[in-house]
Amino acid sequence: MQTTAEIAAQISAEFSLLENWEEKYDYLIEKGQNLPDMPDDLKSDEHLVKGCQSSVWFVTECREGRLYFQTDSDSLIVKGLAALLVELLNGQPAEAYQNVDLSLFDTLGFWRHLSSQRSNGLTAMVSFLKAAAEDCAAHHGA
Amino acid sequence: MSISIPAARADFPILSTRVNDHPLVYLDNAATTQKPQAVIDSLRDYYTFVNSNVHRGGHTLAVRATDMYEAAREKVARFINAAHAHEVIFTRGTTESINLVANSFGEAFIQPGDEIIVSELEHHSNYVPWFELCQRKGARFRVLPLTPTGELDPDVLQSMFTEKTRLLALNQVSNSLGTVNPLETLIPLAHAAGVPVLVDAAQSVQHLAARDVQALDADFYAFSGHKMYAPMGIGVLYAKESWLEKLPPFLYGGEMIDQVSSTRVTFAQLPYKFEAGTPNVEGAVGLGAAVDYLNRFDQLELQAYEEDLLAYGIEQLRAIPGLTLYGNPRHRSSILPFNVEGIQHYDMGILLDTSGVAVRTGQHCTQPIMDALSISGTVRASLALYNNREDIDALTRGIRRVMKMLRR
Ligand SMILES: Cc1ncc(COP(=O)(O)O)c(C=O)c1O
Repeated sequence: MQTTAEIAAQISAEFSLLENWEEKYDYLIEKGQNLPDMPDDLKSDEHLVKGCQSSVWFVTECREGRLYFQTDSDSLIVKGLAALLVELLNGQPAEAYQNVDLSLFDTLGFWRHLSSQRSNGLTAMVSFLKAAAEDCAAHHGA
Repeated sequence: MSISIPAARADFPILSTRVNDHPLVYLDNAATTQKPQAVIDSLRDYYTFVNSNVHRGGHTLAVRATDMYEAAREKVARFINAAHAHEVIFTRGTTESINLVANSFGEAFIQPGDEIIVSELEHHSNYVPWFELCQRKGARFRVLPLTPTGELDPDVLQSMFTEKTRLLALNQVSNSLGTVNPLETLIPLAHAAGVPVLVDAAQSVQHLAARDVQALDADFYAFSGHKMYAPMGIGVLYAKESWLEKLPPFLYGGEMIDQVSSTRVTFAQLPYKFEAGTPNVEGAVGLGAAVDYLNRFDQLELQAYEEDLLAYGIEQLRAIPGLTLYGNPRHRSSILPFNVEGIQHYDMGILLDTSGVAVRTGQHCTQPIMDALSISGTVRASLALYNNREDIDALTRGIRRVMKMLRR
């Protein structure tokens, strides 16, 4: 499996081909729309990330020290950001979540563009995943 | 003498900046307005030539600073036609003004079992302080519901007054729907029931000529400088002298005392009793400059210009298929709240920004309204005196572009 750093480099390369904000958002939204749909019954409070203007859900699963997750959002942009997190982290060893380098979002510009808003939720999404990864690592070690 | 409204755009230097490679189309004026050059200059001049602490020291600059601070108070008093300048208390903004009343009025007049009425149209700043006061005092918090058109029903209000009602708190213009509440009807109803009224004027004082606090007979009238072309961090609480005399101070400290010893403290006269600590002199000076700026226009003409622009905006938005405009009040001011079917408000806001159009999205600190409408939020475009039809056209073009982008 590729490391998160390798995946991040690939994503940056893809986005660097896009010329303007409109194209970047278009591509981001497409990534979100390519995610499999999350069944509605999983969109419960327990899976809801708090602190976002839009609703975003994560359902995580720990298998042999690796964390897997599915995600959905009512916002196509947030779902696109979540899709990048899926590419970057889904199935990675739990430790990889703690050390994940988010400078990718800086490089893409979305971070700068969106992070001034509490509502962007990227920070909240990553914290949610980190907490799940911590649980996962603890159980695996035990 | 009044000046032409369309020409006023040139007075606001920030409006010629570009955002994301597009000319800025600023439609987030309900959050804060931009500042005219005259206000920006007043701040620079204050720090270049005057800066000193006020009401202290007899040196020349201290006297000048004090004069400017007090002149600003007088300008504000005239702007809202207060009977006395000392009925104008400088605060940090609407939120602080309302908290001041909730604390001081609450301390003096609210007993267990008393009732306070707020409307469902309120900003959290005119809702939560009253809710918390009621919690603290064991008083009853009552909410005047909004009607399906997003208005308040005077008959319902009338039916809510009891002999326990101590205060009515409501806005003049709703920041989420733009509803103009008929204060000329509601305040007399309250007074007839012996209930004083606090008016949140954060979204009205800069738009409506009906800001004469004596004509309105408002007991308390609160607003923020930054939404009326003045700097952030300065705001106003107007209160009738008779109330200010009865209320205890909110904050204690320097500037607000008369005599202090270990056995006795007496408070300064109005308005200083309510202005503890070094005030925001620069902000007051900037607010005075903003009032001077607004006074260059004929106020009824200004209101008519903005209402005409709002009507154009409503018409243009309604022409977009799948767009819902929220509220349908008889009288609306400056606010265009909407959603487009199938598009999350947050996505709409972010994508409009890519073409330089600045709007706000979300709940706008009015969760009770969103709950009443059963929505998670809206896109809100809000107007100021420098906006024009081209801004509305840029907005509707932007919306159509986003619709094309997201409906694949
Ligand atoms: C109706 C209304 N009330 C109160 C406030 C709070 O104003 P401030 O944040 O300036 O204290 C606002 C501003 O958003 C508002 O629109």
